[in-house]
Formats: sequence, C-alpha cells, structure tokens
Amino acid sequence: MSKLVPPAPLRRAKPALPWVLLALGIAAPFYLGAYDLNLLARFMAMAILAMGLVLIWGHGGILSLGQGVFFGLGGYAIAMHMKLADLPAGEMPDFMVWSGREALPVWWEPFASPAFALAAILIVPTLLGALFAWAVFHRRVGGTYFALITQALALAFATLIISRQDVTGGFNGLTDFYSVFGFGLASPGTGTGLYWLTLAVLCLAYLGLRWLLASRFGMLLRATRDGENRVRFLGYATTPFKTVAFAIAALLAGIAGALFTLHAGVVSPALIGVVPSIEMVVWVAIGGRYSLAGAIVGALLVNLARDAVSSAFPELWLYLMGALFIVVVTLFPNGLAGLLKGNRA
Amino acid sequence: MSAVADLLLSVDGVTVDYSGFKALDAFSMTLNRGETRVVIGPNGAGKSTLCDTIIGRVRPSDGRVIFRGEDISRLPEPAIVGRGICRKFQAPGVLPMLSVRENLALAARRDRRWWKSVGIGIPAGDRQVIEETLELVGLAERADIPGGQLAHGEKQWLEIGMVMATGAELLLLDEPTAGMGPAETSRTAELILGLGAARSVLVIDHDMSFVEQLGAPVTVMHQGRFLKQGSIAEVRADPDVAAVYLGHAA
Amino acid sequence: MDFALFLNQLFNGFSLASLYLLASLGLALSFGIMRVINMAHGEMLMLGGYLAWLTLLVVPGGAGILLAVPVAFAGAAAMGGLIQTSLIRRLSSRPLDTLLATWGVSLILQQAARDLFGAIGVEVRAPDWLMGSFTVAGVTLPSARLFIIAVAVLVLGALALVLLKTRIGLLTRAVNQDRMMASAVGIDVKRVDFTVFCLGSGIAGLAGVMLALLGPVTPNVGQSYIIPAFLVVVMGGLGSIVGTTTAAIVLGVFSALAQMFVDVSVAQMLLLVFVILFIQIRPQGVVAVRTRQLDV
Repeated sequence: MSKLVPPAPLRRAKPALPWVLLALGIAAPFYLGAYDLNLLARFMAMAILAMGLVLIWGHGGILSLGQGVFFGLGGYAIAMHMKLADLPAGEMPDFMVWSGREALPVWWEPFASPAFALAAILIVPTLLGALFAWAVFHRRVGGTYFALITQALALAFATLIISRQDVTGGFNGLTDFYSVFGFGLASPGTGTGLYWLTLAVLCLAYLGLRWLLASRFGMLLRATRDGENRVRFLGYATTPFKTVAFAIAALLAGIAGALFTLHAGVVSPALIGVVPSIEMVVWVAIGGRYSLAGAIVGALLVNLARDAVSSAFPELWLYLMGALFIVVVTLFPNGLAGLLKGNRA
Repeated sequence: MSAVADLLLSVDGVTVDYSGFKALDAFSMTLNRGETRVVIGPNGAGKSTLCDTIIGRVRPSDGRVIFRGEDISRLPEPAIVGRGICRKFQAPGVLPMLSVRENLALAARRDRRWWKSVGIGIPAGDRQVIEETLELVGLAERADIPGGQLAHGEKQWLEIGMVMATGAELLLLDEPTAGMGPAETSRTAELILGLGAARSVLVIDHDMSFVEQLGAPVTVMHQGRFLKQGSIAEVRADPDVAAVYLGHAA
Repeated sequence: MDFALFLNQLFNGFSLASLYLLASLGLALSFGIMRVINMAHGEMLMLGGYLAWLTLLVVPGGAGILLAVPVAFAGAAAMGGLIQTSLIRRLSSRPLDTLLATWGVSLILQQAARDLFGAIGVEVRAPDWLMGSFTVAGVTLPSARLFIIAVAVLVLGALALVLLKTRIGLLTRAVNQDRMMASAVGIDVKRVDFTVFCLGSGIAGLAGVMLALLGPVTPNVGQSYIIPAFLVVVMGGLGSIVGTTTAAIVLGVFSALAQMFVDVSVAQMLLLVFVILFIQIRPQGVVAVRTRQLDV
C-alpha cells in the first residue's frame, strides 16, 4: 500500500525525534499556560493507553474495542478515592445523598485509603483484563470474534455505570474533586506536579514496552500473530503470551484512566463506552499500529484535532473521524510512523 | 536390543470421524527408534489426518497413540511437542515477519514457558543448535532476512530445520517436497537421510522418485485403513496397491 | 414465581429473538463466506427504518407498511452493495481492518441521518391492525410483536429456500464450505460475496421496518440491536443459519427472562457473561463447521 518513500530530511531527522519530543515535554510547564498544560497532560495520559494498543493490536494482532473499560476502572478507582478523601468521616458523597441512599456501599469504603485506591488502579484492570482475555483465548476464540466481544464488554460496562446512578454517579459520572493525597487540585503547583508525573509514567511505559517488544516475548507475540498454529506446534502454549500482553495493555489503560481523571477532574461513561473505546483505536491507527512513538504522536494529534474541531463544529468531527478511519485503515495501515519509515508491513 | 525396546511410536486402532466420514478407520502402525518411514496413499487416504492425530490437532474417537510407552492421544498439543514430536505442515509454516535465525531460535528454545521469554536476544545455549541447523539446511547465508522473503523451497527447508531444531525424536514431515523441482527434491532427501539414527522420521509424500531416494520402508494407506507395508519394490509389485492407485479398488 | 409473567417474558423473548435474528442473519451469512464483519450493519437497520418512515409519508396506512418492506430491503441492499464494492472488497484479507473501516462508515451514516432527519428521530404510525393485542391464557400478545415474529419466520423460510433451492444458494454454500476450492472450480467468488452481502444488508433493512413499528427511528437505533447481534454471530458458529437462529433464540429468551430478576443493564452484562461461559463449553459455536484448514 504505502510505498511512499519519505523525503530524505525527514528520514535523517527521525532518530532525533524522540529526544526533541522529550525536550519539548520537559519544558512544557515553562512555555504553556495552565489550561494548555492541563490539556497536554490529558492527551499524554491517553498516549499511555495508546501504547498498550500497540502492544496488543500491532504486535499481538489482538484488536480490543473495549479499552475504555480498563481506562474507566482506573479512572473510577481514583475518583472514588478523591470523593471520599474530601469528605468528613462517616459522610456520603453528594450524589448518593441526592439519590436517596442511606449508607455508603460496602465496596466504596476501602477506597478511602489512598494505598487501597492506588492498588486498585494497578490491580483491578490488570486482573480483569487477564481473566477476560484468558477466558476467550484459551478456548481458541480470537480475531474478529474477540473484537466483537470486547465491544460488547464496553457496552455492558458503560450501561451498568449509567444505570447504577446511586453508586456510580450515573451518566454524569464522578466530578468535583478538591484534593488528591493531600494536595489541593486547585493550586497550580499540583497541576504542574501531576504533569511531571504523567510525563514520567509515559516515559517509563515507553521504555518498558520498547524493551518488552525487543525481547523474546515480543518476538513470540509477533510470531503468534502471524502463525499461531505454527508457534503452538513448536511446543508453545500461546494463550499465556496473548493473555499477558492483554493484561499489560489493560494495566496501562487503567493507569491512563487514573491520570486522565486527575487532570480532567471528571470521569464519566461518556469517556469509556463503545464510541470512545473505538476512538482510542483510531489514535493508534493514525500514529502507526506497530510504533510506540507513533501511538504517542497519534494520541496527541487526534485529541488536539478533536479539541480544535469538535468545539467549533461538533457534527463535522464525526464525519472527519469516520473518514479518518476509512482512509487510514485502507490506504495507510502503518499510519504516520509507516509514512516516516517508508514502509514496514 | 529387543523389538519392544526399539518401539518408539505405536498408532493403535485409531478412528477419526468427521461427522460420519471416517478419515481414519481403525488404523494401526508402529515405528521404531531411528527408523525412517514413508506413508503413501491416494488423495483422501487419511495421511494428513494421521499426522494431525499424532500431533494432537485432531482427537481420535477410538484407539490410542502410544509414544515411548505413554498414551499421548489426550494430551494438549504443546505437551505432545514437549514429549519430543514435531511436525512440518503441508503448506510452509514459517513465520514471515521473523528472520530465518529467529524462526530457528523459537524452535530451538527448550523451556517454552512464557515467563522464560522475558529477556533480550537468543540465549547462548541455543546458538550452537541454531547455527548448526542453519548450515544443515543451507540457509546460513540467508539467516538475517525475514522468513517470508525466502523462495518456496527454502521455506520448506527452513521449516524442516525448525522441526529438527526442536530436538524432537520423532519428526513428522507432511509433503516436504511439495512445489519443489527435482534438484531441490534430491537435496531434501539428502537432508532427511542425513538426520542419522538419533531421529525417527515419518514422511508423507506423493512423489515416488523422492520416496525412492529415501529408500525407506513404505506404509500404504487407503480410505483411512492400513493397506500394505514393505520396501518400495514390494509395494510397487503389489496388486492391491496398484488397484488402489488405478482406481479398481472395491 | 408468577407463571403468567414468565409466559409473558418468554413471549417477549421470542419477539426480541426475532429482531436479533433479522439483525444478525446478514452478518452471519457474509461472515461465513468472507470472514469479515460489517460494523455498519446496524446502520442498515437504521436505513430500513427511515425508508419505512419515508414510504409511509407517501403512502399512509397498511398498504404503506407492506410497500415499505420491499423499499427498505432494496434500499439497504443497495447501500450494502456500495459498501461491499467500495470498501470491504479492498480489505478482504484483513478482517480486523475491515471492522475499523466499516466502523468509519457507520459513524458517517449516523451523522448523515442526524443531519438529514434530526437527532430526535421520527415516529412511524403503525396501522390499527398492528396496534391491538390478543390475550391468551392471561398472557398479552401485542399484535406488532406477533407480526415481527411472523416476519422473522417468513424471512428465515425464504432464506432457507434460497440457500437450498436456488443456484446462488448452492454457490453460497459452496463458498461457505471451502472458498479456495470453490474458486478453483470456477465459481465467481467475488460475485457470490457481493450477492450475499446485498441480501444480508437487505434483511437488515427489513429488520429496520420492524424497529420502526416498535418505536421511534433515531440515528443510532441500529446501535442498540447490533451489539447483541454481534454476540449472536459469535455464538452461532461460522456461517450456519441453524446455529445463528438457535443463538438468536437463546440470547433473546435469556435477555427477556433475565429481566424478570434484574434490570436491563444487568441483563446486558449477564448476556455477555453467558456468551463467554458458552464459549468455554462450545468455542466453535452452536453449529460447528468441521474444517481441515490450518488457520480459520
């Protein structure tokens, strides 16, 4: 398909690109206003999720249309903690009072502890992702079937949250947070601190995944993608490789959801359902499904474009999104990274 | 050594039923350690199903597959490979995006649990096997190109090399010369003959000149059943075998 | 347990199953021969609904409903044909990319409907003979739902006839069983793909008419039925009409019965859990197609 050879200056510039991006990222708090910095931090959180999709979709051939679920689990975990942390002991969050609940649900209570909330952000998405992936993959169900099931998961999860208004905040989600781990969210210092944190997690995730993809694990994941039966008849149980990859992607999505919620000050079903979940795939499709850097750039670019277009012309955005899906997937399956590299797959 | 001690594989009355159609019908055969055997038979005789059953892709509805004294017919596929059986598929099954060396590295790895794969590069212990296999199958020069870019015959050799590199004691080669010219076919025969007494090989092929070059005993299958066994000359001379191939069979 | 309530929900289950079936038949047919899923299939339902509404604007009353059926079928079939030739055929060996590209089509079609007909949706006034209901042994059977069940049975019967008795049906079964072999013996596989795709989309358009009889037609009316329809395909088994029908009935009845005990949203989650549990027992679907190919 994309047999385009990139212009020489671009090819020469490529090795320097990560360093330029990193420098820009580190310097951002000094040249961006609070609003723009917050926006950038949100998009960077999404980029963490996007890299997880590179692992499972690009290198594992596993298309998940339900990453929003894991994003949401991380987001709700931190949001529940912040809701409780801001309250005097024994009181219930405002929305529960409004919907006439008598007492805090039992499963909310431990979220008052910061350690529990942090553990939940890391463990719940990973565990659920592993369990879900294992249940489907170990029966050799994959490909299109798996994608359809993940979409059903996204629908079921979002619907469940909307319908359980008294304990989840329903359609409006959870919002109005004042502090996190003792830092006031309104103070500019906290915003900058959270930005650094997000940048650090992004870099860590990038380096970790780079290493994983270069390792024998990455090689086996790609081998399984291209010829699962061959790998299996060389004596490998392929399900664990796919399950572990999926769990890692779920973990990254969970972390991304928690960070996003901190920056956005809200988590709601509108961010995690069927449509947002599949939009996450388009970031990676545009950036390049095989490339971690491509996924970061894709997540930033698409969200920037979305921010610019959808506020002014909301209906135009959906047309644009649809057209992007069609054009990128049919004509540029390797995305921006593929254009830059010449050709890959 | 007694005959029993030499016995490596025994297929014992195996029936495979594809919803009414019996691809294998109470089929039995045995194979000794170090033996090379060719299985022939007309299309639909059940040759590939035999391989499928031994390797665990297809489960027999009746009968057993005994490998080194153990019934393996209910084991999961990776466990069967772990016992020392590996198969080359009919259509070349190399991994197209991995380099030739990486293809062999996957095969050469003995500990195939996932957490052992977390590490960079090919473990030193595996390198010798990989380089030896590269020499053996004649792909040392092509070690770093992606498997998908090999010529058809080279892919077949690479896959034979992968099967060898697993260290399996029993190699199942399903049509190893499919799509090869005469020169490549001879080369493949040499490759198999060069495996020596440490391995047992079960070859399925149509190409009689290839079978002759191998010079191994032949088992003839027909409609999922055992028909004849003997040297090529014996099988050639057999009226039943001729009838089956010419279509006069009852 | 209240037995009348149980019977009532059972009936509702069958009517829900009829909708699932009409929505999933086209998906299952084309998945069987092409191994791809058209994510814009839900929009064929929507298109059928709007076409029914337009037809009834021109020809009101019962005749309009009967006329709407062929109009919706033809319109959705044409749209399906367009999607197949312009997009899906180009992506035929990349099933996951087909999902994404057709999702793009789905987004565009939904937004186009929003711009053309408004976001709120349009109401089709069902004719009087569809408004009533029968009461049998304490169970209320609304006519519209009976009508939907009848249409589903008719469509299923007609489809069975087409597949078993016609030439295109024979070709479809051949391609379904072994695409390479069918192509090797000279069957024009691309043409079969196209025809089956149009037929499947047409059936979805028909389902859209049924949806219009039940409630307002909105730009995302297809979305509420398409995900259960995907689950029907997952559960049914590759390209099997019997499997798809069974799966549609099981999931429809399961959904309706679950709603006796839990609300709709929990029922939806239970439906997914049910399908995942089902996979544990029968990963190959209700009806297994034995195949000797290495990679399916």
